[in-house]
Amino acid sequence: MTTVLSDLGEFSVDADGGEGLWLGAGEAAAATGWSLKPEGLCRGDVCVPVPNDRAQAFAADGKVNLAAFWDHMSMPAAHSREGDVWALGEASAVRANDLRSLQAPDFTLPDLNGVGHSLSDHRGKKVLLATWASW
Amino acid sequence: MVIAVAMDSREDAARPWIEAAAPAYPALIDRDHRLAELYNMVNVPQAAWIDESGRIVRPAENAGAYEAFRSLDFETMTVPEDKMATAAAAKATYVDAVRDWVLTGRDSSHVFTAEQASARTAVPSEEIARAHCHFRLGQFLLRHDRAEEGREHLAEASRLHPRSWNIWRQAAEVNDMGLAAGPDFWDRVNALGDDYYYPPVDMAGMPK
Repeated sequence: MTTVLSDLGEFSVDADGGEGLWLGAGEAAAATGWSLKPEGLCRGDVCVPVPNDRAQAFAADGKVNLAAFWDHMSMPAAHSREGDVWALGEASAVRANDLRSLQAPDFTLPDLNGVGHSLSDHRGKKVLLATWASW
Repeated sequence: MVIAVAMDSREDAARPWIEAAAPAYPALIDRDHRLAELYNMVNVPQAAWIDESGRIVRPAENAGAYEAFRSLDFETMTVPEDKMATAAAAKATYVDAVRDWVLTGRDSSHVFTAEQASARTAVPSEEIARAHCHFRLGQFLLRHDRAEEGREHLAEASRLHPRSWNIWRQAAEVNDMGLAAGPDFWDRVNALGDDYYYPPVDMAGMPK
């Protein structure tokens, strides 16, 4: 199994071995929010066309090479030596636009009991979102 | 409402602090430093003020810390009293400002307009975005007994995002007190020169 770490969480996926990160289109969408459509790889209103001259490197047989797309979209990624763990990040420009919009990015994190808490649970209250660390 | 988030990859490290404080508000653990990624944070303590509608009225910033520790006398292991007083004043100023916001809301002089808040929002570069991927991957590998490979990714994260104390200190060795404050830490702090470890908060009355 291959692990994909994305903004949507941590996913165990059934990737093809070999170069890149080939996932079934459904699995790719569940793990990243990007769906394979006739127009290309899409999320919301945004579609990134498959480059014509290298189509086989991006999508084939209902599968999509997320590594190739991430590289093509200049989105940040990192993977383990064996290619069995991939961190697929959000583009810095998207993060920047989100932050400048001043809409507080939502998140869900666990407390000591493993219970998840989301920022959006507290809509209607002022929130002082404060970080600290033991180190 | 306070939401306190520990930037701690090892839950065991944060647990005793949370249990001792026993806060009435949520005390969360962020082992992958997701919040640092989403809010472009680089150190602790940092905080953002978020209003009732979910809008940021003060973007992530130093939450009233003052770098008194940089005046530590290593022979006596003490910090000069005037620096300690300044640190106390900075913290009190920040906490008073939070109280003022809680009581007066958008009328508080500490609440930024959208234009001001946007202008004060530090946004991530491509390198910073890549750094967070490496950090997250590195933490995953560490949790799965692939320490050597994991540490390589943490080192790469720090290389890509050298201004993040969160990334560097999380990966650094800790002493008996659980602090990443060994010689390497001091070398990095001293390399700051006149630069700040805790940049002064942009707030009326805040000591510099």
